[in-house]
Amino acid sequence: MQLTDLTMLELAEKLAAGQVSSVEATRACLERIHRVDPKIRAFLRVDEAGALAAAEASDARRKAGTPAGPLDGVPVGLKDLFLTEGLETTAGSRVLEGFVPPLDATVVRLLREAGLPLLGKLNLDEFAMGSSNESSAYFPTHNPWDVTRTPGGSSGGSAAAVAAREVFGALGTDTGGSIRQPAAFTNTVGLKPTYGRVSRYGVIAYASSLDQPGPMTRTVSDAAALLQILARHDPRDSTSAPVKTPDYSAELEKGVRGLKLGVPREYFAQGMEAEVEASVRAALREYERLGATLVDVSLPHTKYALATYYLIAPAEASSNLARYDGVRYGLRAKDARGLKELYSLTRERGFGPEVKRRIMLGTYALSAGYYDAYYLRAQKVRTLIREDFTRVFQEVDALVAPISPVAPFKLGEKVDDPLSMYLMDVYTLPCNLAGVPGLSVPCGFTKAGLPVGLQILGRAFDEALLLRIARAFEREHDFFRRLAPV
Amino acid sequence: MALTLEQVRHVATLARLALTPEEEQRLSTQLSAVLDAVTQLQSLDVENVEPTSHATLTASLLREDVTRPSLPPEKSLANAPAKSGTSFAVPKIIE
Repeated sequence: MQLTDLTMLELAEKLAAGQVSSVEATRACLERIHRVDPKIRAFLRVDEAGALAAAEASDARRKAGTPAGPLDGVPVGLKDLFLTEGLETTAGSRVLEGFVPPLDATVVRLLREAGLPLLGKLNLDEFAMGSSNESSAYFPTHNPWDVTRTPGGSSGGSAAAVAAREVFGALGTDTGGSIRQPAAFTNTVGLKPTYGRVSRYGVIAYASSLDQPGPMTRTVSDAAALLQILARHDPRDSTSAPVKTPDYSAELEKGVRGLKLGVPREYFAQGMEAEVEASVRAALREYERLGATLVDVSLPHTKYALATYYLIAPAEASSNLARYDGVRYGLRAKDARGLKELYSLTRERGFGPEVKRRIMLGTYALSAGYYDAYYLRAQKVRTLIREDFTRVFQEVDALVAPISPVAPFKLGEKVDDPLSMYLMDVYTLPCNLAGVPGLSVPCGFTKAGLPVGLQILGRAFDEALLLRIARAFEREHDFFRRLAPV
Repeated sequence: MALTLEQVRHVATLARLALTPEEEQRLSTQLSAVLDAVTQLQSLDVENVEPTSHATLTASLLREDVTRPSLPPEKSLANAPAKSGTSFAVPKIIE
């Protein structure tokens, strides 16, 4: 067994016992990145010097008997959407090439304070807009389980790096499924916390009412440990919720006996691949065996989530991305004549096709004469979708469902048909629109050896229960012990 | 619902995007397909439904109005494509 095969908590135990140093663990990651990343291409930037310096400081704290926390010294990676002071941050876009942030995102600061060495910046769909990592302006990331396939998106680099054991864990962001879908595609665990649970300060904005950062790890226990660091009220984010952080490990092992788990019938629609459905159904039976009660439930507005999302998210994006105008940072069209041309040429050259598509769609939905018919109507339907969840959570403790209707698809398969790519998000979008937490846990493999994930959805701020439900399954089926063949 | 080339150009102007003719053509087709898919919402009765702008936020959170140090000018300007003293430099605005 290699050092990099350990989970975060296994490594933390060895660090605490003095059996291994953070510098050794960090070097092991760097060597692994050097060896496998040319095939996987998860990293946009490796910060070898920064990671090793943080590892040395961690070892000194451990030696002095003053570790900064339980994960002190465990190296992780960051989706390149999180601002890192002094380290280039691009959001996977040409428009931010060379941008060196003057500050850290709050969650980056929290990781540093907890002593975790940061190995570098991970690839993503440009501005987190995409479901396959193919809209990155730099290169697509490959799935460690089959390098001809996508690792999912938009946090595909984070998921692939975790699955390929280049990092012990990573941060992603989830606006419409961008943590959960890549986790499902790579046999990893991904948690989208409740909107407001984790600070968005210093996280490059896509759709501000939906974006939420969260942990991506190999095990449920690791996700709980990482969320413990991230879940803090942040006065710098006015949408950060002033709620207490529970101890996420306290109830992790309590099992599911006596819990009521809803099975939303709208999440098992036609068009789902048979092997994906079979895997998810087997997981549901497993929960019954473990003592949970399955309840058939309905979220009747699910079918409107896709349309609602693809109006609200682009509308917010068109406003958020107005800041990339060539004035304060990033790319500038130096040959522009006049200010208007400076804006339009900079943006034309800086943004890729998917980003332009969403800016155009959002601008249209917000424009005079269309606002009521599109944007306002979508916000009202969003209320109906949210109420579906409120109603169903009066009856059941959590929901169990598929993440994606399909197994990881081939790179290049859907790039020319944006609508078919959008349809990949059909089971993950409602969670963001309702603001509730969602988790993806590995639940099996197709015959071809491609990972399948199970989605668990819960009440707002009930992450602890989601982790507990996921852990109950993981304890019986340790799919995470199966390592991607890289 | 079809988005005409003329509409695409109008929206591009609003979005400050200098699209190429090929992009205008492609976006007209692709955005029309997406708009077709979202017309589904028109069939719902939302007459008496309040819009949701933030799912879990019930009220705006305000913090104390106290001054705090902000980024020093040299840090704020460090990424500027062009600067002049402590300002961002842009092309002539008034023509």
